[in-house]
Amino acid sequence: MLKDITLGQFFPGNTLAHRLDPRTKIILVVLYIAALFCAKYFVSYALVALVLVISVKVSGVHPKALVKGLRPIVFIICFTAILNLLYTPGEELVSFWIFTITKEGVLQAFFMVLRFTMLIMGTFLLTYTTSPISLTDGLESLLNPLKKIHVPVHELAMIMSIALRFIPTLIEETDKIMSAQKARGADFESGNLLQKAKALVPILVPLFISAFRRADELAVAMECRCYHGGGGRTKLHVLRYEARDYLVLAGFAAMLAAVLVLGHFGL
Amino acid sequence: MRPIIRVENLTHTYGVNTPFCRSAVKDVSMEIYEGEFLGIIGHTGSGKSTLIQHLNGLLQPTGGKIYLGDRDIWADPKKIRDVRFQVGLVFQYPEYQLFEETVYKDVSFGPKNMGLDGKEIDRRVRSALQFVGLGEDMLEKSPFDLSGGQKRRVAIAGVIAMEPKVLILDEPSAGLDPAGRRSLLENIREYHRKKGTTVVMVSHSMDEVAENVDRIVVLANAGIVMSGTPHEVFSHAQELMDVGLNVPQVTQVAMELKRRGVDIDPAVYTVADLRRALNDLRGGRA
Repeated sequence: MLKDITLGQFFPGNTLAHRLDPRTKIILVVLYIAALFCAKYFVSYALVALVLVISVKVSGVHPKALVKGLRPIVFIICFTAILNLLYTPGEELVSFWIFTITKEGVLQAFFMVLRFTMLIMGTFLLTYTTSPISLTDGLESLLNPLKKIHVPVHELAMIMSIALRFIPTLIEETDKIMSAQKARGADFESGNLLQKAKALVPILVPLFISAFRRADELAVAMECRCYHGGGGRTKLHVLRYEARDYLVLAGFAAMLAAVLVLGHFGL
Repeated sequence: MRPIIRVENLTHTYGVNTPFCRSAVKDVSMEIYEGEFLGIIGHTGSGKSTLIQHLNGLLQPTGGKIYLGDRDIWADPKKIRDVRFQVGLVFQYPEYQLFEETVYKDVSFGPKNMGLDGKEIDRRVRSALQFVGLGEDMLEKSPFDLSGGQKRRVAIAGVIAMEPKVLILDEPSAGLDPAGRRSLLENIREYHRKKGTTVVMVSHSMDEVAENVDRIVVLANAGIVMSGTPHEVFSHAQELMDVGLNVPQVTQVAMELKRRGVDIDPAVYTVADLRRALNDLRGGRA
């Protein structure tokens, strides 16, 4: 049941989307999000959507996997859409009781849904095609300038990659502990909210203990290999921009520019 | 003997409709008899753990049926908890599931879930701790202050305290030192002898299984390849090795003697038996 979590999932592959430098991909997502938020009307949205479709096609990720990622936020999307639908002033279409649906409201709600959906799909595409390790590598490298103002960039990246690394381990562990407590008659399904919360204690206590134990073991193992933070550390795989990175970056920059220009003309 | 658990054509497939689809147990039928000490052996990934999690209803079969007594355990899914009280399952490394402040409270978690009254819980906790060889002085200690072996015993007591009709232990001695192993297995044997309950022990240590159980079921590649008394099973040494298992060390010695021309039964599996067989060869002199 817990195995269905898609967070931080990575589908290995060898497409252009997989081979791009992780830094490039992070910048691409930033450009894409910027374009998405600058888009004003159908033409701009269509352009951004086209870029998304092409990216998905190139990455070989099954569209179903992207749709699955939307599931946790369906509620938020619907909620915002309804609010936008009902509370946008403008040219009246239908009105009943205290609500008035306007033409602007319909458009606003539609664009909102589109924006959210595409936002989630785009960022999921990043995690689907980039392994957590290279993602943190890329992030560390992009944030490197911040070291000048004493931001512990390397340490943050290390924390992030360790956290990502342990998600599956902890999920597996939770499953095991749940089974073991169920074998002793623990009941997680019935009862009111308070009883349900109480039923979690037999899972959380062992889980925390084992998380701390693992953290301790990992710390010792890292020290045994003489890890002492980022200073003077070199990398096995040095990140290097290739021609394809520049090309794709140029393409996305052009998309953002086009969206800005189109927005200027109200398209 | 009367079967207490009957498994009929059990199949369990993980990840149906995904690329990771894989049958962990395929068309397994077996019976567990009342009062017996059964050993289930198989190498890692042979489906042992999946099989035993079906016996107490933690996993629902994707095909086939499981009967406890003569009732299909999934006939009424709402009553599956009762099945779990009657078929106690001790997981591998059970010490990682301890969570209470005191040993007493942790062991009483199962009986409490059964809805027993305080006096009965108290009796069961004390008797369970006695079976696993822990004294009364342990009752008020925090389980997290105990040694690894003691923690394991507390966790096993937590299942025994439910007084299940069938006790299933998944690799109960894994990771213990030889002395701890011996004494824990001694405790389990004692429990089986005194209570007369059915005990199922899952293991991949042939020596451990050989010395304790009445009957062995051998799993490999998601199915049962052999079952019978230890003597029957260990006389098929070659087949066991073919599925990646071994025979007890004593049996290996006897087999090697046989190969070198000594007239001996190669399927002996305890030290006492081997000694007797060798003595017989020398003409009965001790």
